[in-house]
Amino acid sequence: MIRTAPALRRRMTATLDSVPALARGVKLRLDETRERWVLLVPERVLAPDEIAVEVLQLCDGERSIAAIAAVLAEKYAAPEEQIGADVIEMLQDLADSGFLIDKGGTRP
Amino acid sequence: MSPTLTQSAPLAVDPNDGLALLEGDGKRVAAEYGIPLAVLLELTHRCPLQCPYCSNPVEMERSRNELTTEEWKKVLDELAEIGVLQVHFSGGEPTARKDIVELVRHASELDLYTNLITSAVLLNKDKLTEIADAGLSHIQISFQGSNAALADRVAGFRNAHAKKHEVARWARELDLPLTVNAVMHRQNLDQLEQIIDMAVEMDADRIEVANVQYYGWALKNRAALMPTIEQIERSTQIVEEAQVRLKGILDIDFVIPDYYAERPKKCMGGWGRQFFNITPSGKVLPCHAAESIEGLDFMSVRSNHSIAWIWKNSEAFNRYRGTGWMPEPCRSCAFKEVDFGGCRCQAFALTGSADNTDPACSLSPFHEKIFKTAQTESETGTNRFIYRNFAGGTLEAESADDA
Repeated sequence: MIRTAPALRRRMTATLDSVPALARGVKLRLDETRERWVLLVPERVLAPDEIAVEVLQLCDGERSIAAIAAVLAEKYAAPEEQIGADVIEMLQDLADSGFLIDKGGTRP
Repeated sequence: MSPTLTQSAPLAVDPNDGLALLEGDGKRVAAEYGIPLAVLLELTHRCPLQCPYCSNPVEMERSRNELTTEEWKKVLDELAEIGVLQVHFSGGEPTARKDIVELVRHASELDLYTNLITSAVLLNKDKLTEIADAGLSHIQISFQGSNAALADRVAGFRNAHAKKHEVARWARELDLPLTVNAVMHRQNLDQLEQIIDMAVEMDADRIEVANVQYYGWALKNRAALMPTIEQIERSTQIVEEAQVRLKGILDIDFVIPDYYAERPKKCMGGWGRQFFNITPSGKVLPCHAAESIEGLDFMSVRSNHSIAWIWKNSEAFNRYRGTGWMPEPCRSCAFKEVDFGGCRCQAFALTGSADNTDPACSLSPFHEKIFKTAQTESETGTNRFIYRNFAGGTLEAESADDA
């Protein structure tokens, strides 16, 4: 039998209260040769689109997803609620692969 | 480009959409991007383990021929400059190099993603901490089985298994992303379920369940390593079940041995298309086994040509690029741009010419004979290993099985 995996606890369940940050070893950087942003993860290079880059840049370990959604809603004059749901969906995929962690639990 | 974030333009990012994978999924990466995204750096062929499936060439490079620290740093500078994003420090055992911390630091300062592929047995906690502090992005530790008896036998190294567990624990304490590398073959495939459980228990992020590919040392040991068809079928089931059960807990990559596939593997994503590696002495190769092919001349970073020039223009890289070199049955095959004719090293090793179709392909005239040989070996072959070493290999002492 498999015991409860620590990895499961480590990984983020994305909610509006989550405070996402890139996990150790995950790098978001500009690839100057190919003139695009890339997300470097184990054994892979992901190519986030412009929106995904914008969201990932806001994942600074300080802002909650609610705060990220507020920033984007303001910038794009779009409903905050919908954006929050979209951000959660996108970030959960990345969290499931271990690329994002929740800093919320570790803050005072 | 998306002007708004509304319901009509959802932010949901499918891995195949907003977060497109730049490699490994059949996209024409090399054609589109030129220089590979990731490069394997074999810092040394020295290694305390003697695994009989080692992917190093049978003729290993002596330490006196290894690139110096300054030469490796210059290589890293050049790789970053031409657009490589990830470097995998491998070997041999990369931590056998005294300058491993310095090289990881140098690569990190260049903003390269650094991965350490290690047997772990030479690491102590201070050393691993230094490497982590130097900016290491990710560590891959090899495991040879699920228990010490078998794992230490495969590695040919006493207490290797216990040591690896200890290092994996430190890696977790240091918050280093951890991949377990499990190289699978007939002698350990029956432990696959336990090996996956072991990876979960050690809190790894990922496991690579990679069946041995048969060239170099592994080809020498094929009779002892070749899995049975039953083992392959069962392990495929185990992996598929575990991939579902462990979603979000452990990522599982699975490589089957191509002897049992209908079609050859798209080896290295195609020769000279999206990958190269650099050997301990600085040779630039399209794959880590390419030196086994006789008659190809591989250029070195010590030559007066740049790495980019070697990648683009050297004869060895262009020899099997694309589809123009292909004989029949590849030339008229609908899959020629799917598998690019399979593995050149395997074609050379098993048919005597790297120009031939990979005999793993069922359309190869050599396929039937080779497959039958492998199947026979899997059922009746010896279980004794020929251990990897600089002396050309040492036969394992007789075990009870073979006595």
